[in-house]
Amino acid sequence: MAGAIQAGVDVLVMDPKDQVATAIRDLKAGQTISYSIRGQVYQLVLKEDIPFGHKVAIHDIASGEKVYKYGEVIGRTTACIPAGHHVHVQNVEGIRGRGDQARTGQNQ
Amino acid sequence: MNTIQGYRRANGQIGIRNHLLIIPTVICANQVSSRISQLVPDSVAIPHQHGCSQIGADKDRTFNVLAGTGKNPNVGAVLIISLGCEVMNPYELADAIKAAGKPVEVLDIQSCGGSIRTIQEGAEIARRLKREIDSMEKTEIPLRELTIGVKCGGSDATSGLASNPALGHAADSLIREGGSVVIGETTEIIGAEHVLASRCVTPDVSRRLYHIVNRFEREIERMGADMRGGNPSPGNIAGGLTTIEEKSLGCISKCGTAPIQGVVEYAETLPGKGLYFMDSPGNDIECVSGMAAAGVHLVCFTTGRGTPTGSAVVPVIKITANKRMYERMSDNIDVDVSGMLDGVMGLEQAGTVIWDEIREVAGGKLTKAEILGHTEFSINRIGPSL
Repeated sequence: MAGAIQAGVDVLVMDPKDQVATAIRDLKAGQTISYSIRGQVYQLVLKEDIPFGHKVAIHDIASGEKVYKYGEVIGRTTACIPAGHHVHVQNVEGIRGRGDQARTGQNQ
Repeated sequence: MNTIQGYRRANGQIGIRNHLLIIPTVICANQVSSRISQLVPDSVAIPHQHGCSQIGADKDRTFNVLAGTGKNPNVGAVLIISLGCEVMNPYELADAIKAAGKPVEVLDIQSCGGSIRTIQEGAEIARRLKREIDSMEKTEIPLRELTIGVKCGGSDATSGLASNPALGHAADSLIREGGSVVIGETTEIIGAEHVLASRCVTPDVSRRLYHIVNRFEREIERMGADMRGGNPSPGNIAGGLTTIEEKSLGCISKCGTAPIQGVVEYAETLPGKGLYFMDSPGNDIECVSGMAAAGVHLVCFTTGRGTPTGSAVVPVIKITANKRMYERMSDNIDVDVSGMLDGVMGLEQAGTVIWDEIREVAGGKLTKAEILGHTEFSINRIGPSL
């Protein structure tokens, strides 16, 4: 996956299933970034600053939806996240290890 | 180069270091053990908080970690310092370590007559043991006899994107050579266990993996809190990791792509060759200490936020893909693979750089943690203090 990173890219999408890209440099609101999925290049205007290592939504994600990175579920949205917005603890919660919630018997 | 220079132990195992280890059986013997170590350069003491007021599995766990650390093939000789009235039996501990075929001596503070007399007598014994192990010579050893632990700590987004896949590539190289790799951190496969379970060699191993994750998650539930904030930690979150699932999915790539041969308990010796999973907490020191007690020769440790810790008996190689952190903390980091994220270093190249470092450190090159004297040691605890 990380083997084919091209010099100069701003964000990485780890799997075609993902709704998020990870910034590999500090990015600013208003900036147009490009990312590639299966060799096809897409563009996106950032609505918020995205710090190095943090995630940006590449599609609109509805509230309560599962969020995918690496092609796997990394959590669930707690608010709708429009494309170009910062995806982090303010709008995504973990599904696992939730001692604060009653166990439902279903992990995902 | 498929061999390294190392020590051939009496029981046939190989060591890549030749430590004189001073083990306090109990917290009450920590100060005396540390003083003896100060008097004998190149010896290492492992002060800890345990050894008394413990019962059952909790007592056994402390015993297994102390015995395992003494039996680690990087240890040439052991001096055990006991108080004299603790739960941990120093003579049983000595017998367990002697079974590995190395010299072990025991002193107890109550019989010696206090701290000063024990320090004096202990320093004399330690000097004699040191002379004995210094006369051991290195010999040529095949790389397939090497066992490494893979660990990540102080993770950020660069860990999952780059340094962990690169370490996984190096782990695959050792497995191909015929060596062994152990990955731990049960907490940090929560949300990614299905990926590892699909790589287990039998349905039994896969069931065991699900079982230990489930057991850990129930313990977290017993605490009645969301694990976020504890793991991922505040630093992980600042580095862009949002949930334990995201962290876990980034973590698992560090063990490479080999089939998982089995699941072992914390500090348990690996029963065979290849890749194993050890049931352990994500906590860096407890996990690395558990791996050292299981007999690994060295640990490869990726970090994005930066962490200085080492281990008392095994070299810890620090690897990062976070260039800014590397520039800030280069005295702590051995391998920089940040070129991966700049697009100037491929996965294979990064994996080869780590594999080369593993072979050099196995052959005697000191890690930055060793140079700086980082000898952290910590025992995972599963019961209350009585």
